[in-house]
Amino acid sequence: MDGTITKEAIFKPENIVYKKTSLMTDNILSYCPGCGHGTAHRLIMEVIDEMGLESETIGIAPVGCSVLAYEFMNVDMQQAAHGRAPAHATAIKRLMPHKTVFAYQGDGDLAAIGTAETIHACNRGENFTTFFINNGIYGMTGGQMAPTTLPGMKSSTSPYGRDLKSMGHPIKMTELVAQLPGTYYVTRQAVHTPAAVRKAKKAIRKAIEIQQMNVGLSFVEIVSNCNSGWKMAPVQSNHWMEENMFPFYPLGDIKVDGKLIEKK
Amino acid sequence: MEKELRLMKGNEAFAEAVIRAGADGYFGYPITPQSEVMEYLMAQKPEEQTGMIVLQAESEVASINMLYGGAGCGKRVLTSSSSPGISLMQEGLSYLAGAELPCLIMNAARGGPGLGTIQPGQADYFQSVKGGGHGDYRIIVIAPASVQEMYDSAKIGFDLAFKYRTPVLVLTDGATGQMMEKVYIGEQHPRLTEEEIKEKYPWATTGKSGGRERNIITSLDLDPYRHERHNIKLQEKYKTIEENEVVFEEINIEDADYAIVAYGTTSRICQKTMQLAREKGIKLGIFRLISLWPFPKKEIRELSKKVKGILCVEMSAGQMIEDVRLNSVDGAHIQHYGRMGGVIPSPTEIFDFFEKNYIKD
Ligand SMILES: Cc1ncc(C[n+]2csc(CCOP(=O)(O)OP(=O)(O)O)c2C)c(N)n1
Ligand code: SF4
Ligand SMILES: [Mg+2]
Repeated sequence: MDGTITKEAIFKPENIVYKKTSLMTDNILSYCPGCGHGTAHRLIMEVIDEMGLESETIGIAPVGCSVLAYEFMNVDMQQAAHGRAPAHATAIKRLMPHKTVFAYQGDGDLAAIGTAETIHACNRGENFTTFFINNGIYGMTGGQMAPTTLPGMKSSTSPYGRDLKSMGHPIKMTELVAQLPGTYYVTRQAVHTPAAVRKAKKAIRKAIEIQQMNVGLSFVEIVSNCNSGWKMAPVQSNHWMEENMFPFYPLGDIKVDGKLIEKK
Repeated sequence: MEKELRLMKGNEAFAEAVIRAGADGYFGYPITPQSEVMEYLMAQKPEEQTGMIVLQAESEVASINMLYGGAGCGKRVLTSSSSPGISLMQEGLSYLAGAELPCLIMNAARGGPGLGTIQPGQADYFQSVKGGGHGDYRIIVIAPASVQEMYDSAKIGFDLAFKYRTPVLVLTDGATGQMMEKVYIGEQHPRLTEEEIKEKYPWATTGKSGGRERNIITSLDLDPYRHERHNIKLQEKYKTIEENEVVFEEINIEDADYAIVAYGTTSRICQKTMQLAREKGIKLGIFRLISLWPFPKKEIRELSKKVKGILCVEMSAGQMIEDVRLNSVDGAHIQHYGRMGGVIPSPTEIFDFFEKNYIKD
């Protein structure tokens, strides 16, 4: 014994504290380092794995940076046209009600071009789950203004900051869909710290459990960073998100068991 | 066994036929002149008969993407609409074609452009047969000319859709959709079970049970060389369809000196025109297109060699005529007669035009 620690000595079942779920493929993530999309993917896949739903799940990838979600999520996947994931999910769930169906969408996808599909799927109380990744910007196309871009926030199409008078107000889609009788569980989470990740995972699990109860749509917003689009270093973008995004998009449950949470 | 005979509107016959063809789901949005399709389906409650679901969507954009979702799972899904709604579906159709998904779309076309009119039209020919949406793709287009053919087009359409993994468009118009005729109702084909779908359509996203790799339904590929190969594969498929699925009807073409080329409603009207001509001793026949795409290229070429003149009759400014000209021999005498904006031409006005331009010169 020369005291050298070998790989074999470490890779033992009793030493494992964290293991990548097999429901994330080994493909290299296409996301910018520091981006929240990857964490959101992993949490969803961990929940599907832990609930034993691998062979019964169908996911829908949007148009946006997560257009390639199907390269990373190791379940059956469809890739939808920009904004139309709720239409896919509606049909799939209606045609195969015993499957677990989720739509994964960005804020441009869900809250701009796909607003009609979002509102109506929620209003019909479709029994699928929506994961809404809100980074306040169009990440994929290079950082243009999104419907969710904060007042005064700079983007490539609001280079002097979002002017509310000419560009309109940021839309709070999650609060909006919570008003509809068809949604049963509506929550807003984040994935920028270990504590937030744990909370978000619980919410994701709850959303899937609600889907199994057939009581209406479960909707999980994840406020996320787009360090590239925001033109910040990853850590800086997380601080900026806490200071600017969270006050406008406060974290926490908005609707639970079909009832809106009373604000203090 | 004696076949059941009913008196039905074209739209209703189509709706009954999709239930009988074992459809899994209908997704649609109301628009004249085809709203009877969804109304009939809602009234029949097929969910209680065969388990087929019927959903009124928030728009045609949603409907066509619901088709993508359902078709991606190997289900027999369809929608119906009329011209403005079909325009809204073009993005979705391009995606469906790109992802190679089977589905059925019925267009009871009306006069355009824009909101146009609610009266019948055939001005959606270009949009239907030339692709319609973005990218290099085709969809199979079939044109029924009677209520019976409206009925038959459902099963034929689904079978073609799944045979080639492609959208199939039934292109009719307000006249055939609204007209009442007797129709023989066929047997009830069972819907496929999930096990049967998994067996027949191993590409479908049904959940990756049975230890298989995940299935992905997408029209995206960021690698241009791989994506070009996908496009080449699509083009090869379209070639196979062109070789195997051309359908047409020849009426009195054998001895004809002149021919009318038409499809759908106008081909019916022209039968009377043909009668008027034959009463005067003019040998006029009709070449009726049934498959608009694939187009009967060879047959039209032969026809153009054989007859002294071809008259294309369409309820449009002349769209199908471009394909007739493209496939005819040089120097063939080919003219267009049509009405637009929802006006249906009469057999006599077609005859007058024909006589003036082909006989009395
Ligand atoms: C019909 C259509 N319009 C526009 C685009 C271009 N486009 C691609 S992604 C995107 C924005 C996506 O933003 P978001 O949904 O917020 O996703 P993110 O990349 O930020 O995660 C746009 C406009 C498209 N692909 N299709
Ligand atoms: S552009 Fe933004 S949203 Fe897209 S991967 Fe990069 S950081 Fe993430
Ligand atoms: Mg975004």
